[in-house]
Amino acid sequence: MKFTTLLASAAMALGLATGAMAQDKTKVGFVYVGPVGDGGWTYEHNKGRLAVEEEFGDKVETVFVESVPEGPDAERVMTQMALEGADLIFTTSFGYMDPTINVAKKFPNVKFEHATGYKTADNVSVYSARFYEGRAVQGHIAGNMTKSNIIGYIGSYPIPEVIRGINSAYLHAKKVNPDVEFKIVWAYTWFDPAKEADAAKVLIEQGADVILQHTDSTAPQAAAQEAGNVVTFGQASDMSEYAPFPRVSSIIDDWAPYYIARTQAVMDGTWESVNTWDGIREGMVAIGEISDAVPADVKEEALALKAAMAAGEYHPFTGPINKQDGSAWLAEGEVADDGTLAGMNFYIKGLEGDIPQ
Amino acid sequence: MIVLEKRPQPSKAWSYATPLVAVLATMVFGGLLFAILGKNPVEAIGTIFWEPLFGEFAFYYRPQLLVKGAPLVLIAIGLSLGFRAGIWNIGAEGQYIMGAIFGAGAGLAFYPMDAFFIFPIMVIAGAFGGWLWAMIPAFLKVRFGTNEILVSLMLVYVAEQFLASVSLGLLKNPEGFGFPGSRNLQSYESAHNAELIAGSGMHWGVVAAFIAVIFSYVLLNRHMLGFHIRLTGEAPRAAKFAGVNPARLILFCLGLSGALAGLAGMFEVSGPSGVVSIDFNVGYGFTAIIVAFLGRLHPVGILLAGGLMALTYIGGEIAQSQLGLPAAAIQVFQGMLLFFLLAFDLLTNYRIRAARSEVA
Repeated sequence: MKFTTLLASAAMALGLATGAMAQDKTKVGFVYVGPVGDGGWTYEHNKGRLAVEEEFGDKVETVFVESVPEGPDAERVMTQMALEGADLIFTTSFGYMDPTINVAKKFPNVKFEHATGYKTADNVSVYSARFYEGRAVQGHIAGNMTKSNIIGYIGSYPIPEVIRGINSAYLHAKKVNPDVEFKIVWAYTWFDPAKEADAAKVLIEQGADVILQHTDSTAPQAAAQEAGNVVTFGQASDMSEYAPFPRVSSIIDDWAPYYIARTQAVMDGTWESVNTWDGIREGMVAIGEISDAVPADVKEEALALKAAMAAGEYHPFTGPINKQDGSAWLAEGEVADDGTLAGMNFYIKGLEGDIPQ
Repeated sequence: MIVLEKRPQPSKAWSYATPLVAVLATMVFGGLLFAILGKNPVEAIGTIFWEPLFGEFAFYYRPQLLVKGAPLVLIAIGLSLGFRAGIWNIGAEGQYIMGAIFGAGAGLAFYPMDAFFIFPIMVIAGAFGGWLWAMIPAFLKVRFGTNEILVSLMLVYVAEQFLASVSLGLLKNPEGFGFPGSRNLQSYESAHNAELIAGSGMHWGVVAAFIAVIFSYVLLNRHMLGFHIRLTGEAPRAAKFAGVNPARLILFCLGLSGALAGLAGMFEVSGPSGVVSIDFNVGYGFTAIIVAFLGRLHPVGILLAGGLMALTYIGGEIAQSQLGLPAAAIQVFQGMLLFFLLAFDLLTNYRIRAARSEVA
């Protein structure tokens, strides 16, 4: 493709010119799917960006663009960052996958890091967190907390990452409460407070007294607070402004150590394309403080579960587990492999409803 | 005391001047907003309006203006014809989505065959999809007298559900590891709406937008149908006497605007975007309404307005990353544009006069 070479050569010529001027500063770009004030997903990525700034001081310059739609607009924003001399660009949403690959082809000297995707290249790494480990702790608490035995779940998109979370939460809720039932609503958005609030209200009306969310805003927390007796968990961020109730705990994504390490690698010239999938053990997933609204024994068990995962002694998907249709998935004591988890597109036994097709 | 006095005739001068005055007022008040946020207003406004056109990387941004502006212009042209006749199609976003689904679906049906006729079939399918979706409010209005504003708007949400459904099922990429979204049409040559000249940003959608501008200009100024459209909007009673068939006009205006919106969606999905995904639509159908009014419902005006809107998007992104302006501030800035346009529009129909105060 001619355009590619044209743009790449133009960019390289400019890159040489501007690069020479700003040789000492490493420029790191961030593309966000929501606003930095979403209080969840993007908020945590932005905290990671600020941590990079703090760590390296005037050796780095960071730039970001927020609320970038997943598609051609994302491609333009990334191209713009690369043109303006970014050395490393973090693209922090699944839908940025194809745009990231496209732009990376045009700028072979710029390093790209795409969150939660599966396409890599010589200058494109992917990284993600094992949120499902946090979901196990969450499911354990949720199963204990529910009185109506109905747990509401706000799904964003029916992609493996989200389905994995539902399965993990269900599995661990069911372990402590065999009567538990999950009601799942698909919001088809990562961040839309109005839609998320609607979804939460619908679930509460259907009798759910625990709401789990895989969307990024605090709107479901607010809806639960209004309802009065509904338990929630912070998603992606601590959302501690709703603690101690309705928010009784949270799953926190801590991107800062990864962002700092990758920036350091670019500075040292040791950056390589990698596929990172870290969890509680590495500190990429953290469990926010479990509030006093949770009975002490439940809290203790939850912390023990977390400790077991941190020590690598326990895997949330340990057999026997059957699929929804009754077919066997994991035998007694068998542990799920990363490949199956990465592409998970089935519910486990006991969950009702179909994954939207 | 200042009073508003209705003009006997709408002022021609003001109808041309209001868009310019609105842009100037937006710059002034937008600058004020940026200053309150602690940014240098001159630098911010300069970045938004200057950087994409004449900045260091204009070689990349100028073609991007075409890419971003083309769907806006294409949709707005269709809408403007209806708006002139008092037929309010608010659901272009839905027609845009359906055009993309039909167009991409037609192309993917042939995958992986290589043939010259695939792309033309996709173009027809895309226009058909948008037309079909617009025919629903048109038919309901003609047959049952329903309100086309409500029906077309509500159908946007139905189209969004369709989009989610096909992204997860019918059109899902079989090699996508279970993730939603279709195959990428950019890597399927026969269906790819590629740039006609590499690096120029000119794809078939841009060409179609320019053709639509010319076609619409000729229609409105040289054709009986265009006269009927204008007449119906300006003097409905006179239109009746002139023998205008309102039902036919409704079907034509909604159908054409739907077909153009469908085309825009089809060109977008087969070109810049590449994939049918749940989040495919980013609001072109709604922004086009602003573009249509900003351009005074005039074809040339719409062309300019589409360019201006694209400029604020692209310039806004640059301002975000270079100056750290929040995205919300850029959106407020764009909102001001419409607000001031509507506000100053008052001057087209009214004049401000100082009322004489009676001396006792």
